[in-house]
Amino acid sequence: MSSAATAHATHEEKLSFWRKYIFSVDHKVIAKQYLFLGMFMALVGGLLAYLLRWQLAWPETAVPGTSWVPEPTMFQGIIPPEFYNAIVTMHGTIMVFFVAMPILLGAFGNFLIPLMVGAPDMAFPRLNMMSFWTIFTASLVMIASFFVPGGAASAGWTGYPPLSAEAIYTGVNWGITLWILGLALEFSSFLMGGVNFLTTTVSMRAPGLKMMRLPLMVWMQITAAIIFMLSVGPLIAGAVLLLLDRTVGTSFYAVQKGGDPLLWQHLFWFFGHPEVYVILLPGLGAVLEVLPVFSRKPIFGYKAIVYSTIVAGVLSFIVWAHHMFVSGMNFKLVLPFSITTIMISVPFTIILLAMIATLWKGSHRFPTPMLFAVGTLGVFIVGGLTGIFLGTATTDIYLHDTYFVVAHFHYTLISATFFGGFTAMYFWFPKMFGRMMNETWSKIHFWLTLIFFNLVFIPLFKVGLGGEMRRLYNPFEYDFLKPHQPLHKFATIAAILLFASQIPFLVNFFWSMFKGKIADRNPWQANTLEWTAPSPPPHGNFETAPKVYHGPYVYSAPEIKDDWQPQHQQ
Amino acid sequence: MFDWFPQNISTYGGDIDSVFWLIFYIVGAGFILGEAVILYFTIRYRRKEGQRAAFITGEKMSELAWVLVPAAIVLVLDLGIDFAGGEAWSKVKGETPESNVKVIVTGKQFNWNMTYPGPDGKFDTSDDLTLENELHVPVKKVVDLALKSEDVIHSFFVPVMRLKQDCIPGRKIPAWFEATETGQYEIGCAELCGYGHYTMRGFLHVHSEEDYAKWILERWPPAPAADSTTVEQL
Repeated sequence: MSSAATAHATHEEKLSFWRKYIFSVDHKVIAKQYLFLGMFMALVGGLLAYLLRWQLAWPETAVPGTSWVPEPTMFQGIIPPEFYNAIVTMHGTIMVFFVAMPILLGAFGNFLIPLMVGAPDMAFPRLNMMSFWTIFTASLVMIASFFVPGGAASAGWTGYPPLSAEAIYTGVNWGITLWILGLALEFSSFLMGGVNFLTTTVSMRAPGLKMMRLPLMVWMQITAAIIFMLSVGPLIAGAVLLLLDRTVGTSFYAVQKGGDPLLWQHLFWFFGHPEVYVILLPGLGAVLEVLPVFSRKPIFGYKAIVYSTIVAGVLSFIVWAHHMFVSGMNFKLVLPFSITTIMISVPFTIILLAMIATLWKGSHRFPTPMLFAVGTLGVFIVGGLTGIFLGTATTDIYLHDTYFVVAHFHYTLISATFFGGFTAMYFWFPKMFGRMMNETWSKIHFWLTLIFFNLVFIPLFKVGLGGEMRRLYNPFEYDFLKPHQPLHKFATIAAILLFASQIPFLVNFFWSMFKGKIADRNPWQANTLEWTAPSPPPHGNFETAPKVYHGPYVYSAPEIKDDWQPQHQQ
Repeated sequence: MFDWFPQNISTYGGDIDSVFWLIFYIVGAGFILGEAVILYFTIRYRRKEGQRAAFITGEKMSELAWVLVPAAIVLVLDLGIDFAGGEAWSKVKGETPESNVKVIVTGKQFNWNMTYPGPDGKFDTSDDLTLENELHVPVKKVVDLALKSEDVIHSFFVPVMRLKQDCIPGRKIPAWFEATETGQYEIGCAELCGYGHYTMRGFLHVHSEEDYAKWILERWPPAPAADSTTVEQL
């Protein structure tokens, strides 16, 4: 191994700029490419959120800063209903598939798995490179879809036919076709990535690194990869059927010719539900790595967490129709899906309680990664608990397709992907870039994000309970919704402030990358293997291949003088 | 309690609302407890000079019980919630009770077409009448709906009835309600159906028995009698 590492290092010096930074096969470079792609797409997704939030607060008024958008997309800064539907569609699609997946799995999965298992790189470096360029192409396709005649897809990120199957219903033709193709490419990218994640974890672990000694982040990444790989097939099939209906006139979903729109819903949600756990688990993984380090205490219930994660992964495949309680599917399906949905709260309860128990009798310090870790936990609890109203079919009759759902999934998704993502970013930045971020600005970013995020979404619970339906261009056409406008204005102002609060992070991030204090190998005194490599690690990662003697969370062991013991030390 | 919902004028609305409140109190307690414990632990166990964290791994059952027992309690509460809601679900979404007030509601970009069978009580006869966006019903009578769509998926939503049901093209999906009060209430579409989704605003008119009879006479005027004088029927 060590001669391979040296050979890699020497090889690296001979690489051109293009091979070293652009078409690199090094997992760490690819991870950063995924990170920058995800961050860019987050700006696009965030811009779309700004547009829709403005429209909900001050309908049919000009959105500041957008008068340059040409007709018929916008009219002197005013959003027409067609574009509004495209905005909400693409906001969801981009955030789930082009922000959360690339950052949580593509960036942190790629960066951490080889380092955490003690490997010099992923099992298939060239496949890894191809996975990035595939999603890069997919992103171009998605962005291009805004510029084709008819504009971008506007049938919701859920794309239900017949609305999505025939252009006459939306006025969008190429946009939806490109949307399908972009998603197909994105799925391919993560299938390739999943192969690497699993193969590397299973077959390239350092000597002594048994599966039950793996850092929990690795468990989360490989479970996410497996869930993704097993669930995406049906949606790929469903997407092909939709593409065929749209382009060659088949009738898989077309009722007039014997098709069934509900088929799409089953295929979509069969994937869609496991998918939300795919993007949730890595964020939880980041929290599980950070809590022990800054509590100087072992993670509580390692085995329970691993088993709960696996159980949650399995259960995630049999809950999907809770998205379809009022869809017109056979009413008798509702009881079994309600029960499985209830059951899935158990493994997550175990994981969350294990996180809380880790805090008990610790010795906490609160640098920003720890603030975001605790923040993720606190915010995710709200998301999880509000899910119970929706998983109970009776209350879902009223709450389905209202803003209550929107608030619920933003609490679960933003906690896991944004707060979890920032937990990971602040924690591993020194390892990735060899420098420390500015701690003061990091803390400011945390508090502003926490406060403004809550101020945006708490009002949305209230408007949802008031019966406000989703995806309404102008809710105030309805008398019963007119009283909600002040809440929408409040949420929009909070959203603008939330976006503005990301500026300290962006400035801090890019400035620290070049001018931050040079980082030690192990600035946090953490036990896992990535902290034994230089910051940042060279091509090949480790000067000498590590050997592992115990699990990753030996902190404050009574028989050891230091309050930590790295995995590679006996 | 809290004034969060629109008015409820549905015979089964109370059942649905009470399941909501059951969940609310259980979940609310969980929320307060969970967040309070997190806050307490983060403050109480802050790093102190000379004090080490406890080496607790949670591998022993005596430790793990602190997680497993609450998780079991959560499971039991969740199942209880589901079964408490089960009866209400069957009532609302199960078989439509006996009714002679029948309307076919058809969603079509971007209107609700309400088709009434007319005095003969039968659909597909010459006295059928279709109105756009107006659902006229008598108070305190079961209204038997059949939901359809002519184009894309819509979702028939009557907030004050706590009723929501997707309308799928090619299908006829049953739904029902019984209004407890008269008045005029709004109907909306709860499934994205195109650029006019937000305009699918309909009105539910719940009439008293007399007003409903008047409305029927207005809409289906009785045929003139055989002789030249018209006789007003009561």
